[in-house]
Amino acid sequence: MTAPGEVPRWVDIGLIPLINITAAFLVSGLVILAIGENPIEALTVMLRGAFGYQEGLGYTLYYTTNFIFTGLAVAVAFHAGLFNIGGEGQAYIGGLGVGLVCLAFDGALPFALVLPIAVLGGAAFGGAWAVVPAYLQAYRGSHIVITTIMFNFIASALMVYLLVNVLIQPGQMSPESREFVEDVWLPFMHEMLGWVGIEVTRSPLNASFLFALICCGLVWAFIWRTGWGYAIRATGHNESAAVYAGIDPKRIIVLSMCLSGGLAGLVGLNEIMGVQHRLLLNFTAGYGFTGIAVALMGRNHPVGIVLASLLFGALYQGGAELDFEFATITRDLVLVIQGLVILFSGALAYMFNPIMARWFQRPAPSPEATE
Amino acid sequence: MADSWLLLLLTLDATLRVATPLIFAAMAGLFSERSGVIDIGLEGKMLAAAFAAAAVAAVTGSAGLGLLAAIAVSMALALLHGFACITHRGNQVVSGVAINVLASGLTVVLGIAWFKQGGQTPALPDSARFTPITWPLADTLDAVPVLGPIYKELISGHNILVYAALAAVPLTWFIVYRTRFGLRLRAVGESPAAVDTAGISVTGLRFGAVLACGLLCGLAGAYLSTGHSAAFIRDMTAGKGYMALAAMIFGKWRPWPALAACLLFGFLEAVAIRLQGVALPGLGEIPVQLIQALPYILTVVLLAGFIGRAVAPKAIGLPYVKER
Repeated sequence: MTAPGEVPRWVDIGLIPLINITAAFLVSGLVILAIGENPIEALTVMLRGAFGYQEGLGYTLYYTTNFIFTGLAVAVAFHAGLFNIGGEGQAYIGGLGVGLVCLAFDGALPFALVLPIAVLGGAAFGGAWAVVPAYLQAYRGSHIVITTIMFNFIASALMVYLLVNVLIQPGQMSPESREFVEDVWLPFMHEMLGWVGIEVTRSPLNASFLFALICCGLVWAFIWRTGWGYAIRATGHNESAAVYAGIDPKRIIVLSMCLSGGLAGLVGLNEIMGVQHRLLLNFTAGYGFTGIAVALMGRNHPVGIVLASLLFGALYQGGAELDFEFATITRDLVLVIQGLVILFSGALAYMFNPIMARWFQRPAPSPEATE
Repeated sequence: MADSWLLLLLTLDATLRVATPLIFAAMAGLFSERSGVIDIGLEGKMLAAAFAAAAVAAVTGSAGLGLLAAIAVSMALALLHGFACITHRGNQVVSGVAINVLASGLTVVLGIAWFKQGGQTPALPDSARFTPITWPLADTLDAVPVLGPIYKELISGHNILVYAALAAVPLTWFIVYRTRFGLRLRAVGESPAAVDTAGISVTGLRFGAVLACGLLCGLAGAYLSTGHSAAFIRDMTAGKGYMALAAMIFGKWRPWPALAACLLFGFLEAVAIRLQGVALPGLGEIPVQLIQALPYILTVVLLAGFIGRAVAPKAIGLPYVKER
């Protein structure tokens, strides 16, 4: 029996998100029509670019990896009722952590040791970048949305300073560190599949994709199967009720943001250790912000986040393909779609609820029927 | 001595020019947030407005029409924000982020489709821009010691939007603190239920505030592309919307302190450019990035409660649900 204004569960977690996404894509289609191109054709090009051939698929999954990390980051904070808009900065600083570990230990330690240190380094740096806003929110009452935005800008200034003045490889112009020794590069997927005798085309997809999937499982277990996860969800649902349950919301805020920043920081694993093999500027390229769209679309559940990440991975890769095929459509179209997805599945998430409620509400059993 | 005096004046002059979009946007944010609606979307509205202004000015050759288009586009986005957050009680931060992402994509997509210049709009001739206004006798009075150069370099020689931004501050103050709308605006940001009980529409007030915010963001955007520069360049707001948000918070949601914060942030930006590679006596070379990050660091420190207390409007971020 559903209460008035409520809808059956399958409508809530299945149909309404689907309608929201459809609305976002319909409006995107209108934009393509408005600039005089054919939306169906554009969609075909994007789909073929994202899934049609091995290299394209590799790129899609490589982008997906980043979005899983940042999407999980936003979701964990959401569960505690916090809006972490600073995924971008945390991923940036997390990448710094991964890069510093690689620069410090490459050539000195074996890969099997560098890898766990780099994972910890990335998570610790990303987490540390989130802890200050979390602490200020919990203990000094400053609004976390504002402080995390500020920390994005501070991160960006810090990285420019470090790369231009400290980490830059001597004797070169572009602000990049030296390349890591090849021993500490994360193995590419085409290499790993090559070891078991499967030939695939080269792509930037690397081992961090598997790690991202493992993280999904870990986050699911943590949020829904541990005491801490329960405390996070309780705080997010109702902070004062959580207090009566013996939970200290202040500590939970710091804990969840720490975790959130740590997950965002793991983007560095994919980008720095997996693909770029050096520290450089702006490698986060908006992945942190896309994480917001991913978490909203995936309804903060790891399964939903993987699906949403895959969609955005396909959009990013397919969007790159648009540049080659069309004169007037570029990959910037992906930003439009992304904005519309955030709008429809985030800000306007409840727009279709009343209609759905009217459609799916079962009529209350009449007294005669129950007698 | 005369040289450093002139240098100071030129830096202050640059400060004013850099601070203008910040002032417009900070006043915009102030209207919205005082009514209880968080606006992360200042950046996106400004960007869309900058594009609209430059595009229309390029096609029609009229800066005035560009300005009107900028205001229209920005107010349309403000209405969208209102529709999501006020009508449908959606998350205000999410809606703001959506507007920012949407604007950064749409301006480039439309720019490429319409002008085929990689997302830029064609360079505007002076006739399609807001050009500097030289005040009467600026050159004649230059000879007057102290006041002459101040008059010539600092007061004269800006475009009309710079003066409009400075006028927007007392106007905002007057509207917020001296009119009935302002009183109700402040009330609805603190306690919407009380306003509702008094028989005043919470929805109407908040939409009014959001539209005022859109209007001011439109001015900020038009200034960027048709006043300060002579074309739209992709992502030309470059975080100015967020910096304006910081300035408004730094000013504790009040017009005059927000103006001071905008000028301070503008000054830091103007100084950062001048100090690049210059060693200061006793301090050595200050990293430019530190000066550029200072507005954000200062805002965080303020929010942490170390420089006085910044208290947001009480009902900020909370959608109002009318009791039935």
